[in-house]
Amino acid sequence: MELRPYSEIVKNAFNTENYPTKTSSEQLNTEKLVLRKYFEASDSSKNNLQHPELLKDKHRQYLINSTYKLSSVYEVLDASQPWLCYWITHALSLLGIQLENTRKRAMARFLAKCQSPDGGFGGGPGQTPHLATTYAAVNALVILGTEEAYNVINRKKLLEFLWRLRQPDGSFEMHEGGEADVRGVYCALSIASLAGVMNDSALFENSAEWVVSCQTYEGGFSGCPGMEAHGGYTFCGLAALVILNKSHLVDEKALLRWLVFKQMKLEGGFQGRTNKLTDGCYSFWQGAAFPLIYSILHTAGHTPKTHLFSSSALQEYLLVCCQNSNGGLVDKPGKNRDLYHTCYTLSGLSVAQHFLDKICLLGHKGNQVMPTHPLYNIRPDHVRKALLYFSQFQFPRSPTDETERT
Amino acid sequence: MSDYSSDENDDYVLYKNRPEWSDITPLAQDDNEEPIVAIDYTENFKDCYDYFRAIVQKKEISERALELTQTAANLNPANYTVWQYRRDILKGLDKDLHEELEFVEKIILKQSKNYQVWHHRKVLVEWLKDPSKEKYLTEHVLSKDAKNYHAWQHRQWVIKTFKLYDGELDYVDLLLKDDIRNNSAWNQRYFVINNTTGFTEEVLRQEIEYTLSRIREITENESAWNYLRGLLLHDKAGLSNNTTVKAFVEELYESNNRSPFLLAIIVDMCLEQVGAGGGDSNYSAKRAVELCKDLMEKFDTVRANYWQHMLDSIGSESGEGTSGN
Ligand SMILES: [Zn+2]
Repeated sequence: MELRPYSEIVKNAFNTENYPTKTSSEQLNTEKLVLRKYFEASDSSKNNLQHPELLKDKHRQYLINSTYKLSSVYEVLDASQPWLCYWITHALSLLGIQLENTRKRAMARFLAKCQSPDGGFGGGPGQTPHLATTYAAVNALVILGTEEAYNVINRKKLLEFLWRLRQPDGSFEMHEGGEADVRGVYCALSIASLAGVMNDSALFENSAEWVVSCQTYEGGFSGCPGMEAHGGYTFCGLAALVILNKSHLVDEKALLRWLVFKQMKLEGGFQGRTNKLTDGCYSFWQGAAFPLIYSILHTAGHTPKTHLFSSSALQEYLLVCCQNSNGGLVDKPGKNRDLYHTCYTLSGLSVAQHFLDKICLLGHKGNQVMPTHPLYNIRPDHVRKALLYFSQFQFPRSPTDETERT
Repeated sequence: MSDYSSDENDDYVLYKNRPEWSDITPLAQDDNEEPIVAIDYTENFKDCYDYFRAIVQKKEISERALELTQTAANLNPANYTVWQYRRDILKGLDKDLHEELEFVEKIILKQSKNYQVWHHRKVLVEWLKDPSKEKYLTEHVLSKDAKNYHAWQHRQWVIKTFKLYDGELDYVDLLLKDDIRNNSAWNQRYFVINNTTGFTEEVLRQEIEYTLSRIREITENESAWNYLRGLLLHDKAGLSNNTTVKAFVEELYESNNRSPFLLAIIVDMCLEQVGAGGGDSNYSAKRAVELCKDLMEKFDTVRANYWQHMLDSIGSESGEGTSGN
């Protein structure tokens, strides 16, 4: 795979058709920033065959440092501390890096402090349990992959926690008394399937139907019925249906069309919604929907022969436009680096580089990152190991069994 | 209400120095011996949250606890534990919820992309059963960012729950006049019609006419094309049998327009006709193949793999091998 020539990229500029609006002017501003990056890249790739290069050492350093101390800017994520653990460990694992054993132990113990005695994990020690932070904590523990880490999860209480959040229509609140949207169903399913507490089908009764009602006329999924199709919710909705074995309920043609049109022709990255701007994190949210669709197409006998989006254009965007030269990755040129975007841009890079069992690499061999499981966004080997570990235990008895007995 | 968002206020007094809090022992975060993602909290933040943890542990429901949650929420509006506890206090003290609406409104206007503040607002409206200020609030937020997802979601919830559809299409029109590429506004148009008149034959006719006029103005506006496809989901004859739409796309194509969205819809019209047994010979597998190739090679190269995939599916479904072409 090669970089697109600069002269080709320029031709893909947004066509305002003499009808400028706020959307088109913001789009043109972004294109200007991106083109500057592509211009510099076309210049430097003449002298440097390694270009574009994934700055693995810089990213590793940034991530490792972040496991110790974070500046007070991160106060806004005080209620998302398990997320910080997940973003860091997953990004490192894609780079093929494990934490040292003492650091793994420390992180497992920290996450244990975030677990509520009533089940589920909160945003920090002592905080109310929340579905999103429980998802992040379970993922981080699975990535740590030690017996100590696995054993942090109180599976019996976890199941009780999930039952408390379930709504009669099949959706899930994010916390008791909190909002319900597609994230809730996805997080609950991801957690339950990874930790091996999925035996109780009543827990997800009507969930598939509720999720399907979020597929919009555009083809993507919205956060709740009636809202606009959105990349993050589309990933959650589709992954939820695949875990439920109900992906046949999706209008996959409309979904695929919506998805491919979210890839931007000049930038190469994905936008989250129609007529919005490119953002590196959607490389994963939109990108990971593709392998899930391939599995649907495979079942229907139409296995695709290549990625159905432009893998090279996406890698180009991530490598040329989204790297901070001091480590860490960003939404788009001009933005600050952060752990969330570092995690999801690298995850998107992983999706782009791996098609079924094949590798499609832009740039030097050293740019290659490890594959990620498109349902959980954890490495497939970590998923397998965890599933095997939890399968040796009995399913915790669900709260409904007990009420039937009394 | 006083605003304790620290840096704006030189007179800010730490809780540990406030006499009315002297009976409380602050409770530090139960941190690891070995630091993990340890945030370097500012003094104000740590001070406030140390007292917050202490009152949560005591389950204290009081005026001072209410004031403390205000500071905590201002310091980090994403702390759902704070908001949930604040709601417990509001109920416990039977507070004036209209005052609370004003408080959360201020935070929403500063932090309009945050789940917790909007959820708090929603719960208050539910408790009060009073949606009278919500349209105005969301319009205020949307006037600054017309695509704010949270604002739209709140607006849809209010409209649906309290049946406030009146005037909503006019608002949508206003936003579309301002920016015809605002996809959130197109989506709202669909939402309103779907929940009011429904897509009856007459509504469908009017909406198709409106949408085609907008596409005529800008032919590469994906929002309008997607809306058109959304409308045609309600046409019993399908995507490829609406005479107005057919006439429109053919005219546009004849005028040498090659918008990828135009070519893409013709491809799908062809596939529908071929799949149904090919009633309309103008929409043939052969034409779809040619369009896919044009898209791949000239008009939509970034999506070449997708168009190749469509091309392959035409070959396998229509029985006309494309390998010889
Ligand atoms: Zn982003």
